Amino acid sequence: MNASARPQAEGSLQWHRIRMIEHPLIRYGLTVLAIAYLFWSVGALDIDWSRMAAGLPRAKNMVVRMIPPDFSRTQLLVRGVLESVQMALIASFLGMILAIPLGICGASNLVPKPIYLIARTFIILSRTFHEILVAILFVKIFSFGPLAGVLTLTVSSTSFISKMLAEDIENMPSGQMEAVRATGANFPKLLTYCISPQALPRYLGVSIYRLDANLRHSTVVGIVGGGGIGQVLAASFSRYDYDFSLAIILSIIALVIVGEFFSSWVRERLR
Amino acid sequence: MTVEQHKNKYPEVWRRFSPRETLTRYSWYLGIVFIAAWSVSHLDIPWIYFLDAHIQAMDLVTRMWPPDWEYVAELIEPLLETIHIATIGTVVTVIIAFPIAFLSARNTTFNTATWMIGRFILVASRSVNTVVWGLLFVAIFGPGPMAGIWAIAFRSIGFMGKLVAEAIEEIDEGIVEAIEATGASRLQVLWIGILPQVLPVIYGTTVYRWDINIRESTVLGFVGAGGIGILLYSSINQFLWQEVTVILITVFGVVLVSEFVSATVRKRIS
Repeated sequence: MNASARPQAEGSLQWHRIRMIEHPLIRYGLTVLAIAYLFWSVGALDIDWSRMAAGLPRAKNMVVRMIPPDFSRTQLLVRGVLESVQMALIASFLGMILAIPLGICGASNLVPKPIYLIARTFIILSRTFHEILVAILFVKIFSFGPLAGVLTLTVSSTSFISKMLAEDIENMPSGQMEAVRATGANFPKLLTYCISPQALPRYLGVSIYRLDANLRHSTVVGIVGGGGIGQVLAASFSRYDYDFSLAIILSIIALVIVGEFFSSWVRERLR
Repeated sequence: MTVEQHKNKYPEVWRRFSPRETLTRYSWYLGIVFIAAWSVSHLDIPWIYFLDAHIQAMDLVTRMWPPDWEYVAELIEPLLETIHIATIGTVVTVIIAFPIAFLSARNTTFNTATWMIGRFILVASRSVNTVVWGLLFVAIFGPGPMAGIWAIAFRSIGFMGKLVAEAIEEIDEGIVEAIEATGASRLQVLWIGILPQVLPVIYGTTVYRWDINIRESTVLGFVGAGGIGILLYSSINQFLWQEVTVILITVFGVVLVSEFVSATVRKRIS
């Protein structure tokens, strides 16, 4: 919105709203392009409109069957939620540890180029693939169960935290680093006395955020057999056990709210 | 100050942490390790699977290589579908999230009750994963891209709504007051006073969410909600791992390109 600072064009004394794109041709051109794209994409998708119209009574039917939520199978529910929480805790813990070396290797101002490239490739690779895709590979290797889920979440946590850490290190002013190096500090000393004090608050904040994100993601790896409450949810859905599904979804929402409160409380205190 | 005291306060050898700080630090470490250990012991992880993990992994790699390149031709249409689902889903998101964001911002909502409703919608939307929304909408609309679009939209509403609501709460109230002073109606204040201030955030988050949605829509097919995930799921179920490799490589390419596009656009906006 830097256009606001620019003086009004001569001759047009009329006031007009600030625009994102000043040039009318580009502005209208982009709008036309966007509308054309929408028409093309909706046309290209094979959407069964009659099936969709039939969906509304189905949705009503489903909602009727969902209410009231069935919390009677408490044991199954509690065990599933607990398993998700434990998976999230382990994954965040391992992610925090593994992210330190990876994050350091991914900072271009600390390590030689080849190491930097390898670390960055790994980060990009695991960030690109959705958790579910990674989970499938781990299910293939470690079979069904929470282990595959934990490893999946660990991979995604590691790449997330290490990316943030690497960017944080790269954005550090070079002055402190030069000063510590000038005292004759070797690389480990540089890490403990220069990098870690500067990176620690943000690293902890990101890690806590990731714990909260892992709680949310741990509900989904179960759908492909990675354990946790997601597995219970997928099973209840495929049995058309909708009132139990709603109970699970409500528990997940409660869990996420608690996790978010905890995470924002901790991050508030870290500041 | 005696020499003793001085020595205690300013020791010869400089240390970063006082003994007390060190103690709290280590007790934190201990606590975290304890929680992790408790979680591990509760999950009863089958450690025995680690013994042949490398064999299984090697097996997977040999099955996946070389990629079955002839399969690429069949992938173009599902890939386009994936992108369409993400894009249309994002458009639907913007339309729905817009009023909810105003409802969940403290300075534009009507009263505490509407604020609570708005906040609850945002949290509920964010708590349920896209794939779970997909399960729900496949049950309603039947399998196909329509379910995918709604799944994407319902998950993204919470994300966009939250960020836009935060932006609305941080606007410059002076501008709003100035426009109110001219006798503008509530709608005019919204349109001329508030909207231009949050527009960059709206554009930015839309593009950012679009890029996340591309990634999410690649797996929606697992629950039948359209896109390339359907093919991936069927290839995996048929153990056609060489096809899986091709799909993963193309998905990687598409996600990388969308991330690049999104980053470039966001850089230009801000």
